[in-house]
Amino acid sequence: MKVPVSWLSEYVDIDMSLDDLAHRLTMSGNEVEGIERTGWIDNVVVGHVLDVAPHPDADRLRLVTVDYGDGHAEVVCGAPNVAKGQKIAYASIGAVLQDAYAEEHGKTRKLKRSKIRGVVSDGMVCSVRELGIGDEHDGILILPNDLTIGTPIGEVLGESVLDIELTPNRPDCLGVVGVARDVSAITGKPLKHPRIDFEATGPDVHTLASVEIADPDLCLRYTASVIQGVKIGPSPRWLQDRLTAIGERPINNLVDITNFVMFELGQPLHAFDYDKVIDHKIIVRRATDGERLTTLDGKERKLDDEMLLITDPERGIGLAGVMGGANSEISDSTTTVILESATFHGVNNRITAKSLELGSQATLRFEKSLRSGLSEIGLRRATRLILEIAGGEAASGIIDVYPGKGKEQESVRLDQSQILRVLGVEFENKQIERTLGNLGFELVADSDGWDVRIPYWRPDISIPEDLIEEIARIVGYDNIPTTTLGGRPPQWQPQPEMDLRMRVTDALVQAGMRETISYSATTGEGESRVMLPEETASALKLRNPISADFTVMRRTLREAILSTVARNSRTWRGPIAVFEAGRVFLDFGEGLPDERQMVVGAFAGPRNELHWDASTDQSDFYDAKGAVEAVLDDLGISLTFESADDATFASGRTAVIKVTSANHTIIGTVGEVAGDVLSRFDAEVESVAMFELDLAAVLKVLRDSKSDDSGKFEEFVRLPASHRDLSLIVDTGVTVGQIVEISNRNRIVTSATVFDLFEGKGVPEGKKAVAIRLVYQSPNKTLTADQIGKIEQQILNQLSKEVGAVLRTQ
Amino acid sequence: MTEVQDNEVTDSIESVEDIKLAAISALETSETSEQLESWRVEFLGRKGRLTALLRGLGSLEIEDRKVVGAAANRLRGELEQLFEERITRSKSSQAPVGSIDITLPGRKPAHGGLHPSTQMIREITQAFNEMGFQTVEGPEVELEKYNFDMLNIPADHPARDQWDTIWIDSETRSDVLLRTHTSPMQARVMEANDPPIRVVVPGKCYRYESTDATHEWHFNQVEGLAVDEGITFADLKGTLYEFARRIFGPSRKVRFRCDFFPFVEPGVDMSIDWNGRWIEILGAGMVHPKVLENAGYDSSKYTGFAFGMGPERISMLRNEITDIRHFFSNDLRFLTQF
Repeated sequence: MKVPVSWLSEYVDIDMSLDDLAHRLTMSGNEVEGIERTGWIDNVVVGHVLDVAPHPDADRLRLVTVDYGDGHAEVVCGAPNVAKGQKIAYASIGAVLQDAYAEEHGKTRKLKRSKIRGVVSDGMVCSVRELGIGDEHDGILILPNDLTIGTPIGEVLGESVLDIELTPNRPDCLGVVGVARDVSAITGKPLKHPRIDFEATGPDVHTLASVEIADPDLCLRYTASVIQGVKIGPSPRWLQDRLTAIGERPINNLVDITNFVMFELGQPLHAFDYDKVIDHKIIVRRATDGERLTTLDGKERKLDDEMLLITDPERGIGLAGVMGGANSEISDSTTTVILESATFHGVNNRITAKSLELGSQATLRFEKSLRSGLSEIGLRRATRLILEIAGGEAASGIIDVYPGKGKEQESVRLDQSQILRVLGVEFENKQIERTLGNLGFELVADSDGWDVRIPYWRPDISIPEDLIEEIARIVGYDNIPTTTLGGRPPQWQPQPEMDLRMRVTDALVQAGMRETISYSATTGEGESRVMLPEETASALKLRNPISADFTVMRRTLREAILSTVARNSRTWRGPIAVFEAGRVFLDFGEGLPDERQMVVGAFAGPRNELHWDASTDQSDFYDAKGAVEAVLDDLGISLTFESADDATFASGRTAVIKVTSANHTIIGTVGEVAGDVLSRFDAEVESVAMFELDLAAVLKVLRDSKSDDSGKFEEFVRLPASHRDLSLIVDTGVTVGQIVEISNRNRIVTSATVFDLFEGKGVPEGKKAVAIRLVYQSPNKTLTADQIGKIEQQILNQLSKEVGAVLRTQ
Repeated sequence: MTEVQDNEVTDSIESVEDIKLAAISALETSETSEQLESWRVEFLGRKGRLTALLRGLGSLEIEDRKVVGAAANRLRGELEQLFEERITRSKSSQAPVGSIDITLPGRKPAHGGLHPSTQMIREITQAFNEMGFQTVEGPEVELEKYNFDMLNIPADHPARDQWDTIWIDSETRSDVLLRTHTSPMQARVMEANDPPIRVVVPGKCYRYESTDATHEWHFNQVEGLAVDEGITFADLKGTLYEFARRIFGPSRKVRFRCDFFPFVEPGVDMSIDWNGRWIEILGAGMVHPKVLENAGYDSSKYTGFAFGMGPERISMLRNEITDIRHFFSNDLRFLTQF
């Protein structure tokens, strides 16, 4: 909402700087986003035309001598209206003026000394357009004669416009008077109400026109007046200036007045040409389905039976509170008008405007459910201005059809104790009464508090808290004390899902991985790149996607992490070790989707940063597996990895992750991404190792393992441990897992760790060498070398029997 | 001790020259710090060769004494300078036996990191956790009922224009949406729990909004709610003021002004002074009685306050990030800066 300060000042005196005013309005709820200043131009002053002489070489140009206070200047001027003795706006060399001849609006040019048809022009006499205060450029702007020569033009023409970001609860501030009322409450300066009285000399209005409301649920009140003998024409300068200052285009005096009153009081109005309303009878009813109306903008609108129509006995003449009809529009030949000021149903008005895409200043107000009291005020104000500006004679009385009378809430009960209860501070009764009184509330006091009458301009007030906010915002939030929250602290509730996600996230960060967060939506095609299994639940589709890139909610994080790898592969030369812990959305058709917490991580590029003592190997399967092991170790869960097939991953290089202790429940997958999948992401890397953990499954494992051993202290064995290294030759098909499992069967072996693998020279074709360190420790005695030797032999025998292992001889 | 005779002035001068030659040659071959030290003792020490020569001057004629003495003192100066240079040279190029190149980079453990949004969410939630607020989470795909209706934002009400919504396309129902704020958790938490309530709710939110440097359709919010008997606007101010001190520093100027959100009354905007400009950090207010009643709470008994803020916005401010779209681009050149 744009509020010119000169307009605001008509209703309240402003005795502080504009910056202070803007600050105080902002603090009390009407945020002033900016103050625009127009008409303030350096090097432009009030000048006095001393003489006008013909130009020696051009008939249409004249030489004008201007007294600008500090001296005289001779100016070449083409304006037909310049005359000796006028006060004008004189721009000296260097003034930056609007370029009156530029195509685009707002272009400026700096005034230079120039020769016009052989005569040097020492400055310029300005038009309205050149000064940037309007469009007129047919002649120069003539200023009032009482101005002092040399006065900076800003002091005469300057306007400051407050740009207020209104909140949706304050339709009263969609009128300048509403803002003035807030200023009045803040500053204590009285509000000067605009006059709404008018002299009615014509016949009884009821003999001239009638109004009927057929659908009173959508029209609380309809007031109308009739003015005969008006003269349609351009509005006077002051009215045009008011509208121009807020960015509205003046049309004719009648239309301008209805607009002016809407911006002054917040009540939208409409004027009909009396002679075009058949039988001079207005019927307010719902349209019939498919009924058509050509609106003022010349477009034919197809209506439905929930839209409220203003009609005469034969046809629609206006879309109630949205836009007038072309058939009853005010024209230059109009002599009698019916002026409408009504209260339409907010929600209905909003739906109509939305479905016809006819958002207007009227709907901006009506949709906020204006109170019916405002319509009569608006009607009277506009009628007065029409008589003043367009002349004519007002019919006696007004038409007032008021089916909503008495149906609106009229007052709010406010107890003194409620103020303390909500704000935590007490105010004196006098202060409360003064604060609310300055805002226009009428209070009837009793021993506990007040009955507060809701004024006609405040539809947002309905409960005591609304009034408490009024008090607080005018007193100033900064003047309310600051206390610490006391009372009972609530009971802590376990949040296992969130805790698990944070724990896993932290473990991955400690393992050197970088957390990423991707958009939760994707496209079906995008997601299909990772070859999700067909049995995956269906995706949630977005009804109004923000763009073609985001049409469904994601069902996997695999696509996201591969996109992240691909994006960074083009710009990042170091290791890529990234993960995302987030939700996927699985639609099972009933109610809300399953928002499942997943973690996906990926490794690509070199394993290490470039370093003098680090390998330059590319990361691979074992980096992903190691990250999974680190996380699950941290949770105290022991895992089994089992070779598996998964279309995202390369076959033979993929494993499902199973929890040993929980019946081998699958909690995720780890592997190297299949080449064809990777190629769909344009990743500039040779391979990507990826893991996926289903946190819901992990959580279930943790919940089910009632005998939760993790985290329980185990007394360690104080007897010495011995270790022996074995170098075995086995078939290449034998897995390290098998060797470790066999070695671990003996309870004296506390750990079996493979520390070297070798194939090639010195090892027969089809075989591999595996070096394994076994640690032997008995809980109750120190083992002798003989005893260890015996156990070792047993293990070797078992290895030989089961996987054909033989000791490697050097 | 060098024997010096009356008639051996020339010899004495020559012996200064001898000492010089011996010293220079010995210095060249001294490598280790031990060798250098013994050179210093031999030639420049209190019992060294040069001192001995100077002590023997007494036996010469005064004139000769002056000549030889001056030469010897000159030599001392020269040798001292040569010694200093040699020490410096040896320090820079000739490391002691067993020394290592301490300029080689160390073996840094690989370090990962949390996403800046996560970092900010944790910082914000921790500040409230320490004031007794527990962190809880809620669904991102939400029902209209929780996202709007229960929060006193009825259908077709102009207040809904503050939240442009992305809806779920479903054959069976039309009231499913992507939550536009974390506020639906106010209704959910109250519906499921009796007072007292003190929670903070971080999570993703979605708006039907075109994106640019300062707008994202996908972002995080942190919601807060405290409800009990006796909670006041002054408590709201105190709690949020304390929060602002923690996140923005104890000397940061904070202001509270009136603002409007349909689910609170009175409504609050908390701004901080950022280089002379007031920047809105969060919206807040006293929980609207209708919201309490909708959740089954007796609004004549209970009061409360709620607040909501955007961690990305706070992070942008503190870290001088000029484009919000960086947060979900997952560019390591961005992420590794945090």
